[in-house]
Amino acid sequence: MLRVEALAFGYGARIVGAEVSFALRAGEVLCLLGPNGSGKTTLFKTLLGLLPARGGRVLVDGRDVARWSRAQLARAIAYVPQAHTALFPFTVRDVVLMGRASRLRPFAAPGRADHAVAEAALASLGIGHLAGRIYTEISGGERQLALVARALAGEPRLLVMDEPTASLDFGNQVQVLAQIRRLARSGLSVVLSTHDPDHAFLCADRVVLLHAGRLAALGTPEETITPESLRRLYGVEVAVVALSGQQRSVCTPVLP
Amino acid sequence: MTRSAAPAAAGVGAGRRLATLARRAGPLLALALLALLSLSVGKFGVPARDVFAVLGAKLLGLVSGVDPTAQTVVLQVRLPRVAAALVVGGALAAAGATYQGLFRNPLVSPDILGVSAGASLGAVLGIFLALPVAAIQGLAFLGGLGAVGIVYAVGAAVRRHDPVLTLVLAGVAVGAVLGAAISLLKVLADPYNQLPAITYWLLGSLAAVTLGDVGAILPAILLGLLPLVLLRWRMNLMSLGEEEARALGVETRLLRPLFIASATLITAAAVSVTGVIGWIGLLVPHVARLLVGPDFRRLLPAALVLGAGYLLAVDLAARTLAAIEVPLGILTALIGAPFFLWLLATARRGWA
Repeated sequence: MLRVEALAFGYGARIVGAEVSFALRAGEVLCLLGPNGSGKTTLFKTLLGLLPARGGRVLVDGRDVARWSRAQLARAIAYVPQAHTALFPFTVRDVVLMGRASRLRPFAAPGRADHAVAEAALASLGIGHLAGRIYTEISGGERQLALVARALAGEPRLLVMDEPTASLDFGNQVQVLAQIRRLARSGLSVVLSTHDPDHAFLCADRVVLLHAGRLAALGTPEETITPESLRRLYGVEVAVVALSGQQRSVCTPVLP
Repeated sequence: MTRSAAPAAAGVGAGRRLATLARRAGPLLALALLALLSLSVGKFGVPARDVFAVLGAKLLGLVSGVDPTAQTVVLQVRLPRVAAALVVGGALAAAGATYQGLFRNPLVSPDILGVSAGASLGAVLGIFLALPVAAIQGLAFLGGLGAVGIVYAVGAAVRRHDPVLTLVLAGVAVGAVLGAAISLLKVLADPYNQLPAITYWLLGSLAAVTLGDVGAILPAILLGLLPLVLLRWRMNLMSLGEEEARALGVETRLLRPLFIASATLITAAAVSVTGVIGWIGLLVPHVARLLVGPDFRRLLPAALVLGAGYLLAVDLAARTLAAIEVPLGILTALIGAPFFLWLLATARRGWA
């Protein structure tokens, strides 16, 4: 459903990355790995249409999104920012309802049907009980899930998540990753970035390694996440070990 | 069991409707009482009964039989002030609530983009050139709009960093230049006639406002309020910041200038007849948010009513506290600033 062709991206005249191509089917999870400054966030902003593409194309269902309206784009691709502290003490329900903006006409406010969609989104993530709570007063993990619910409320086809596990404790990280897997099983496509290669092993179907704005590798986690590729990417020694009894590997740094 | 449940539920529904009605009508009723108090209290006291008689007679085109002096005081002196306080107080608070959401900053008031500084320069220039009152008001209005226009143009031209931050910084810089120009005119002005007039204008007053003035600014204020009312839910999304709002499908590049133009139009119209009245646009939205929450659908009406009531009360105090009338800007700051600090110290969540 998503196709990125020779995409170049950057701020204004400064090109951060180029020649990035990949494709994503419905229900697939793609994990973006790369060191700080490799261009992950800029790539995401370009995918979301927040920055214009400096070259190449982004296609949704074979159609170039360059000329799409904001609402049209938001209905297809939803953004889950890092759990932040909002300024105003909105309730979680109000925050999730904002995800309906792309489905409402400009002068409209959310109605009964929109409330139902918002409640369903909260319930599907197991945080229905948070609806009446104040967004600024819940925990970081709960906020991250509330932002996922807000994205789901727009009924998108693709979720773009910027380091959804950053600044979460271990338990919340696992919870968010489990929800990503579950959402993908329901047919949603997900693109996420992370700093932890293990998270790619846990939830990704495919992995993109981004190095200095260029695509360093693209493939399954097992193909792409190797001691050699991680050494090139991060400049540290890493061991990748198959977990006995499970069809999955883990990585661990090797200290000199 | 089920049979008795239905009437009970209906009773609860009716009770809730009644509570909602009380919540909506209560503040308006309080505002009306305050207005009545303002019409009757002052150096020349007019009993509430006579105020009703005068207003009723005026509306129906009858002769009230009330003492003519009392009639003049109510209709010619106090009614314009009350009308102006309601309109200008509500307008400044609504504009402040809009700017605070738009700029995501608690220290933002309608002055942030230089509207007050521009209006001041226009008015001061008018006073300096000894122009008639209507021309002074017109210059103030145009000055306010012009200043924000310049700030917006500078912000658009710089367009390198965060557009919101750029706008605020451009506002500070343009405001400083306008302030310097005002100071220059004050130095050059005739110190016996013009300087006091300038000083009074910069501190704000409702003393000289006529019903005609209120009627003249009302269309501009209503026009400015219209987009705020129509887009009141979208305003909530603007407070998420540029990127998140856009990612959620909001055309911020259309809405932001529209909201800025609306709030600027409202503020410029308000200050053009009353002079600069500080603190209302900063303080009242905070209080409103504390009372009804951050949802702009409830915040906007709350700010309108609270702003109207606050300016009405302050004006009442301004003309009854001392033998001479105290300029409004002095009182709004004297009452507003300590209250604001108290709010700062006690507010629990976010910046309420």
